[in-house]
Amino acid sequence: MSTLTPAGPRSSVPTPSTSTTGSRRRGKSRMDPTRNNTAAGIAAWLLALLFAVPVLWMILTSFHSEIDAATNPPSIAADLNLDAYKEFFGATSGVSPWPSLINSATASIFSTILVLLLAIPAAYALSIRPVKKWTDVLFFFLSTKMMPVVAAVLPLYLFAKTAGALDNIWFLVLMYTSMNLPIAVWMMRSFLAEVPVEMLEAAQIDGATLLLTLRKVIAPVAMPGIAATALICFIFSWNELLLARVLTGVVAGTAPVFLTGFVSGQGLFIAKVCAAAVVISLPVLFAGFAAQDKLVQGLSLGAVK
Amino acid sequence: MTTATARVSRQGSSTAKPSRNARARERAVAWARRAPLLPALVFLIIVTQLPFVVTLIISFMNWNSLSPDKTGFAGFENYIQVVTDPYMLQAILTTIVETVSVVLVSLGLGLGLALLLDKKFIGRGLARTLLIAPFLIVPVAAALIWKHAILNPVYGLINGSLTWIWSLFGSDAPPQPDLLSSAPLMAIIVSLVWQWTPFMMLILLAGLQSRPMDTVEAAQMDGATPWAIFRHLTLPHLRQYLELGGLLGAIYIVQNFDATFVITSGGLGTANLPYAIYETFYYANEYGLASAAGVVVVIGTIFVATFALRTVFSLFKKEAAR
Repeated sequence: MSTLTPAGPRSSVPTPSTSTTGSRRRGKSRMDPTRNNTAAGIAAWLLALLFAVPVLWMILTSFHSEIDAATNPPSIAADLNLDAYKEFFGATSGVSPWPSLINSATASIFSTILVLLLAIPAAYALSIRPVKKWTDVLFFFLSTKMMPVVAAVLPLYLFAKTAGALDNIWFLVLMYTSMNLPIAVWMMRSFLAEVPVEMLEAAQIDGATLLLTLRKVIAPVAMPGIAATALICFIFSWNELLLARVLTGVVAGTAPVFLTGFVSGQGLFIAKVCAAAVVISLPVLFAGFAAQDKLVQGLSLGAVK
Repeated sequence: MTTATARVSRQGSSTAKPSRNARARERAVAWARRAPLLPALVFLIIVTQLPFVVTLIISFMNWNSLSPDKTGFAGFENYIQVVTDPYMLQAILTTIVETVSVVLVSLGLGLGLALLLDKKFIGRGLARTLLIAPFLIVPVAAALIWKHAILNPVYGLINGSLTWIWSLFGSDAPPQPDLLSSAPLMAIIVSLVWQWTPFMMLILLAGLQSRPMDTVEAAQMDGATPWAIFRHLTLPHLRQYLELGGLLGAIYIVQNFDATFVITSGGLGTANLPYAIYETFYYANEYGLASAAGVVVVIGTIFVATFALRTVFSLFKKEAAR
């Protein structure tokens, strides 16, 4: 269909052979749940560990002293301590990361709430009681997400500068709301579409009010989806750097901005960087694993279940 | 792309002469349906479409905030500069190389991993969780870790491990590559592939698990080899998932700013368009030029986005038909 696509499958041709050799002999590997695929299992585990090494190494190093963190070969079995974390929280520099962490939390939590307040009614009007031409509206939402942030950031910066909204966390809240709104509308629509039509009809015939229908019929089905949407929006806001970098400064700087200005110092800092990376990634790791079941559906905008 | 589809539906144009009252009621009902949609729509138009219109206007202006007296209409000057200036040309090239290689490599790796995770084995859930972890590290943090703890030529994990492995064989002259200075773009690409492979894997795994098993079973009965099943059943089924993963990935990776900012600060020809635009307006204060480059990014994205929208739409129609 496109000029891009043939490359995808072609590049991937060598990979399947590794997985299929395990079940050469007409094995019903997928249908027989008792059969273990040893070769595939070992390969998958090796690759999983390989991908996890940077994360595990980050965590291990964050508990090492700076001297042990900077050795070649690496000191895997070095003593563990919390010095790097104390350093990150400003033990000697006196610079606390807390304001930036609080800014990040403010921006992420409030933008997520705003996103839900705007996206849930919109998704309702696109799935349960759809407006005419609702697919057009849906695709308009998606098309705004495809415009790179960098193409709008200068006017936003100039506006913030004139309006005195520069370095103001609430302006960032609005920006993150617009950044996540299209994704949230798409996700929410796909979750609301899972509410069975028969149940809605039954509620209508029984004369249930809108509020009652929302509470008793729609909410139970849509709740896990709403939670997943919220978690994914939270992650995207928490991760964001470009807008925060341009629109905030000393007062409203978020954790990613803090992190980029953090390494300018001299001397050994690897353990400290690892500790910082662990601290700032923890909320995302928690949110991500909490949303794990719905992560795919959310990230693919509801196109994949 | 940004202006098109937002037509508001018009109500009851073909109804045969209803009374004025009925028509008013009909209109009220239509507006009641539309009402929940409007806050989100209006908000989004103000915050995303309006700024882009302003970018479009500035891109035709001569505007450097350091010399405000020279501000004025510039015609296509900025665009000519974008496509002739070596720095901007390099940024365009870097963006293409970076996006294409990250998407293709992470799609390939993601497919391999998805095929493995599609099989049953001990601890599959834990392996899956480990594989998702890279995607759940804050991009800035991930870039910092790759730069300082992994790729650092003196005490990074890679060179440290090489020293250790070589010492096992009694050698004290291990290779100590320095990717950060010899191939800095490669360093960025490696860290991005690491972050995006889980994304591709998740989408492709969902695709594999939605595969209709009855045809596969029938093929197995008929004695089809695993390779034949993969080539003629699995791959065609996965095609639209590959497209979806690749296109969504491309849209995100084109916008990569964090990894470039942290790992190289755009040095040594690694500045992609988002980074180059950031530098042009934030440090060089060339507002006109930066805006023109921004418009170029949007035009480039439209090409990819058109395909992306079409793919999403075909999946979407399939779902609606169910």
